[in-house]
Amino acid sequence: MEAVNVYAARILEKQEYFKPGHRACQGCAEALAVRLVAKALGNNVIVASATGCMEIISSPLPFTNWDVPWIHVAFENTAAVLSGAESAYKALARKGRIKDRGTVFLGMGGDGATTDIGLQALSGAFERGHSFVYVCYDNEAYMNTGIQRSSSTPFGASTTTSPAGKKVPGQITWKKNMAEIAVAHNVPYVATACASYPFDLMEKVQKAARTPGPAYIHILSVCPTGWRIPPSKSIWIGRLAVETGIFPLFEVEDGRYRITVDVPEMRPVEEYLKPQGRFRHLTPEITARIQERVDFEYRKLVAKTQFKF
Amino acid sequence: MGKRVGIEVSIAAADAVASTDVDVVAAYPITPQTHIVEHLSELVNNGELDAEFIPVESEHSAMSVCCGSSAAGARTFTCTSSQGLALMNEIVFIAPGLRLPIVMILANRSLSGPLSIWNDHTDVMSIRDCGWIQVFAETGQEVYDHVLFSFRVAEDPAVSLPVILNMDGFILTHVIEPIEYWEPEQVKRYLPDFKPVNALDPDRPTTVGAFGLPGIYSEAKKAQDEALIHSKEHILKAWEELGQVVGRHYKPVETHLTEGAETVFLTMGSIGQTVAMAVERLRDRGEPAGLVKLRLWRPFPFEELRDAVRGAKRIIVIDRAISYGGTGGPVASEIRSALYGEDHMPAVTNFICGLAGRDVTPDDYIAMYERSLEMTQSKVGQEDSVFYGVRE
Repeated sequence: MEAVNVYAARILEKQEYFKPGHRACQGCAEALAVRLVAKALGNNVIVASATGCMEIISSPLPFTNWDVPWIHVAFENTAAVLSGAESAYKALARKGRIKDRGTVFLGMGGDGATTDIGLQALSGAFERGHSFVYVCYDNEAYMNTGIQRSSSTPFGASTTTSPAGKKVPGQITWKKNMAEIAVAHNVPYVATACASYPFDLMEKVQKAARTPGPAYIHILSVCPTGWRIPPSKSIWIGRLAVETGIFPLFEVEDGRYRITVDVPEMRPVEEYLKPQGRFRHLTPEITARIQERVDFEYRKLVAKTQFKF
Repeated sequence: MGKRVGIEVSIAAADAVASTDVDVVAAYPITPQTHIVEHLSELVNNGELDAEFIPVESEHSAMSVCCGSSAAGARTFTCTSSQGLALMNEIVFIAPGLRLPIVMILANRSLSGPLSIWNDHTDVMSIRDCGWIQVFAETGQEVYDHVLFSFRVAEDPAVSLPVILNMDGFILTHVIEPIEYWEPEQVKRYLPDFKPVNALDPDRPTTVGAFGLPGIYSEAKKAQDEALIHSKEHILKAWEELGQVVGRHYKPVETHLTEGAETVFLTMGSIGQTVAMAVERLRDRGEPAGLVKLRLWRPFPFEELRDAVRGAKRIIVIDRAISYGGTGGPVASEIRSALYGEDHMPAVTNFICGLAGRDVTPDDYIAMYERSLEMTQSKVGQEDSVFYGVRE
């Protein structure tokens, strides 16, 4: 199923491995992304999940939405659990106790599980070079516990632990750039994606799965509940994140950068911020600061794509 | 019969692990566990052991790797001490809930602060209620034998629970002892290949580690408790067969000179040997002293303990950990509970000693014996649950 982006939906597998009937909120673009990732990988996969929204909505004992082997142990250790499963298969295949069928090892966690509490375990797994795909479903706060800020919450956003107050206008730190942290580990494949661009997302997931060694995909996952938007607007907001340059879609193969969804004319960030309740309180000055930062980061990214090896 | 070699107990323990053809070892270095994992990585890198050695970035990840590996169907081992155990604590409690037959050697060491690298049992007592099968070794040979035993019990499909093998840091890990190695045929006879009850397998998708709503959590946890309680019959069988294979016989509770004993010491781990010397000297003096050693800590061997102390008027429980502001040392409070309501319940006196590797000699135990004769039934908050040999 290569170049799915070109041939589009017709050639997509009909089979679902992340089954319907889960308990996600209406308009959850994270659950949509999980579904697309599962679809892209097929059934020869072992999934390790962090504690979080996606774990809670899909595994209430004795039910499950997973039609592939799936394990959840704790919040911050997904990459380590995955390292263990991958190593087990490696050892068992070498000893002839199982057949090596090229099973893909998929790790998944939210932004809290990835950029905050699970960063050490993920860094260790990257460095050791296990062959796996780790996907961060980034909804930019601890949504499962009630919209508390994480290091992935964007500047200016109001959350329940970075509320827009009379003195402090919400989150006052810049979003941690997790994709660049992965690149700094010399991980052979790193990409950003968004469920609003499903074919781009699936193609990246498959590329990641084909890559020997670790691969990292950072998926912006629109959360209507936490971002204070109507559930019907999730896909639209995801597109605006890309079209304003706030969340550019790119991939990095062995250090070589490529923007995968070109944005010929960048929209002002205001168009992305304004519809969202979490940014309602922002003054024109703060919006201007965000615009400045987005422009700077985007120019940096473009410069990286132009680097001559 | 296997060869008998003079060897550091840590190296022998690692060789015992290697003799099981272990598939995955994940560990993070911490004193005094290091020699075990160093030797395992050496065996792997020399091609003498076909296993994946995962040098993780923390003990939390060590136990997490073990969960992933064991769930995927691999024979899995880790080893830690003290702060390492404290750091992996969260996952230690999850592994038995997922029924993952991981084997862990705990090279017992005190918990900080103040920082100490030396031996006592404060680390293992912090996870008393974690749901693992827990055994204590007294000698190097016992450590070696119980590595095989631990894998055998953990991976028994009727058990499928993780096992902690406690060995005292330095006192066992860093000493050279004569140890009889098992022949490969003996290992083969005793330890079958690991066939997991449930493994992560794309052909048979399973969900491991689901979340439990209030309507099902209690049922899941009761099932786990019953699994641990019922593991005892398989533990006894595994010891019996170990005796048949190598001729060394182990029991959940061991006794030494308890016949006619009015006062018995109760110990866990390597200090049993020192106390045995004290008891022998007391017997030479005509004192009715005896020794009871607890080898199986979880599941707790109620019947065997009651049998072992029957007829005694007094038990001196040696604790190597503190229950701050609590009901005496952790072992003493368990022994009191286990015997409460028994006819002719012996008085339980409690000494806390040997913390952070401080030497306790046979003379000290004799002094404790003499002092205990003046003490009545130990009551918490009174002078009869005491630190021994502490400068004031």
